[in-house]
Amino acid sequence: MPSHYSAYSLFREGLRQQSGWGKAWRSPKPKKHYEVIIIGAGGHGLATAYYLAKNHGVRNVAVIDKGWLGGGNTGRNTTTIRSNYYYPESCALYDLSVQLYENLSRELNYNVMFSQRGVLTLCHSDPEMEMGARFTNAMKLNGVDAELIDVAAVKQRAPILNFQTDARYPIHGAIWQARAGTARHDAVAWGYARAADALGVDIIQQCEVRELILENGACAGVRTAHGDIRANKIGAAVAGHSSVLANLANITLPIHSYALQAFVSEPLKPIMNTVALSPASGTYFSQSDKGGLVIGGGIDRVPSYGQRGNLPAQETVLSGLIEMAPALAKVKLLRHWAGIVDVTPDSSPILGPSGVDGLYLNCGWGTGGFKAIPAGGLLFAHLLATGQHHVISQPFDLNRFAQGRLIDEGAASGIAH
Amino acid sequence: MQQFPCPFCGERDEREFHFLAEAGKERPNTTVSIDDETWARYLYKQRNEKGEVQEIWMHLTCREVFLLKRHSVTMAVSESVSLRQGC
Ligand SMILES: Cc1cc2nc3c(=O)[nH]c(=O)nc-3n(C[C@H](O)[C@H](O)[C@H](O)COP(=O)(O)OP(=O)(O)OC[C@H]3O[C@@H](n4cnc5c(N)ncnc54)[C@H](O)[C@@H]3O)c2cc1C
Ligand SMILES: [Zn+2]
Repeated sequence: MPSHYSAYSLFREGLRQQSGWGKAWRSPKPKKHYEVIIIGAGGHGLATAYYLAKNHGVRNVAVIDKGWLGGGNTGRNTTTIRSNYYYPESCALYDLSVQLYENLSRELNYNVMFSQRGVLTLCHSDPEMEMGARFTNAMKLNGVDAELIDVAAVKQRAPILNFQTDARYPIHGAIWQARAGTARHDAVAWGYARAADALGVDIIQQCEVRELILENGACAGVRTAHGDIRANKIGAAVAGHSSVLANLANITLPIHSYALQAFVSEPLKPIMNTVALSPASGTYFSQSDKGGLVIGGGIDRVPSYGQRGNLPAQETVLSGLIEMAPALAKVKLLRHWAGIVDVTPDSSPILGPSGVDGLYLNCGWGTGGFKAIPAGGLLFAHLLATGQHHVISQPFDLNRFAQGRLIDEGAASGIAH
Repeated sequence: MQQFPCPFCGERDEREFHFLAEAGKERPNTTVSIDDETWARYLYKQRNEKGEVQEIWMHLTCREVFLLKRHSVTMAVSESVSLRQGC
C-alpha cells in the first residue's frame, strides 16, 4: 500500500530510519482486457488515467509505455506553466490547467512544487510595447491575469537582465503574468502515477505498442512487446511519436516532429526568482531551487526524431541568453538534452476522435504541453469516458484543419517554433 | 556543424539550408472545385516518418531547390538530387 504523505508520516519515518514507506505504485502484469488503454505514460497519459478513475469512475484502465513513466518530454521540459495565450479557446484551456495546478499538490497528496513566480515576456521596442498592450488586453478579456509593466518594474523583478539602453535588444517593458510559474516536472508524472495507481489503474512500463489491433475498421486493442491487450477504447498520448502511432491505424496527422533542446547550468546563488522570455531570440530562463539556470528556446531547424541537440539551435539559444543577461556569459553548462516535440501548423494541440472508431488522440502540444497536463488529462478523460467533447476541448478537434478554423497561437502569441 | 550537399555547390554548412516540405505532395487542381478534406490534406497532413525520408530543401545562398534523402533519426544524408529539368 502506498503511504499517505504528511508532516506526521515524515516525522514518524525519520524516527524509523525511513523503513516504513510503501512503494509509490505497483508494477502489475497486463490483463487481457481493459475498458480503456492509454498509450504513453507521460504527464498527459497518467493524468488522463487519474481523471478517468477519479471523475468518471472508470478504473479498469491501463497506461502503457515503451520506456519508464515520465521518461518522455514530461521529464525533459523546462517546466514553465502559464496561460498567456491570445485566443479565447486557448485561454480557456490553459487557464483551466493553471487553476488545476494551483491545487494539484493537495489533490494528489504529492508535492509538485508549483511555484507561482510569474513570467515576464520582454518587449524590446515601442511597437513591441503596443503589441504587448494588445496582448495584455486580449488576455484580460479572456479572464486571465495580465499586466503590461514598464522597465523599472521589470528591473525590480529581474535585476540580472540587460538594462543597457544601447543593448541590441533594449528592454522597454514586459507582459507580466503573476500566476504563471514553474513546477517540478518529474513530480507531476510521479504524483499522477501514484494517485492513479491508488485508484486501481495499471501502469505498465517497458512495454512498447508495436501494432494496433484493427477489426471491422475499429481499433480493438494493442499488440505489444508483452502480447495483445484489448480494450473498448484506446487513447494515444505519445507526443513526438504521434505520427508513428497514428500510422499504425493508417491515419496521417498534421504534425511535424522536431527536437527541442534545453540546458541547465552549474548551480548559482539565487539570482533570478521569476521566468523571463525574450521574443527576440526565443530564449527564456528561470532558476531551479537547486540553483541551476534552466534555459530553453526554439526548436531545431529541421524535422527530426534524433533525441539530441543540434548546434545551430544551441548557438541561437545561448547567444540569446547572453544578450538577455550578459553577466551570465561565464556561467558553465552542466547538462544539455533534447526531446521530440509534435508541432502542429497552428501551434495548438489536437484532442479528439482520430477518425478510426475506438481510437482517440491527445497530441500536438509541441513545445508547450507541460503546462497543460492537468487540463489535457481532465478533458481527454471526459472524451474517453463519455465519447463526447467537453466544451473546452471541442475547438481542438482534428476537424479544425478541414474546416479551416485554426487556432493560430504560433502567430498570435508567438510560441517558439 | 553538419554539412549538407547542395547539388550545385557541394558540401556546405547546415545553416545555409532551409527545409521546405516533404517530397511527393501534388497541389490539387485549383481550376476545379476541391473538397475541404483534399485541400486540408494537401496543406497540413504530413507523413512525418521516423527513418528514411525524402524532402524538398533549398540552399539559401544559391537558391537551388533540390530533393534530399536523409534519415530522420541519425540525420545521415544518403543522396541529394537536383530537380532541374534535363539534369
Ligand atoms: C526541452 C523541452 C522543453 C519544454 N519546455 C516546456 C515548458 O517550459 N513548458 C511547457 O508547458 N511545455 C514544455 N515542453 C513541452 C512538454 O514537455 C510536452 O508538451 C509534454 O511533456 C507532453 O506530455 P505528454 O505526456 O503528451 O508526452 P511525453 O511526456 O513525451 O510522453 C509520451 C510517452 O509516450 C511513450 N510512447 C511513445 N511511443 C510509444 C509506443 N509505441 N508504445 C508505448 N509508449 C510509447 C513515450 O515513451 C513517452 O513516455 C518542453 C519540451 C521539451 C522537449
Ligand atoms: Zn547551392
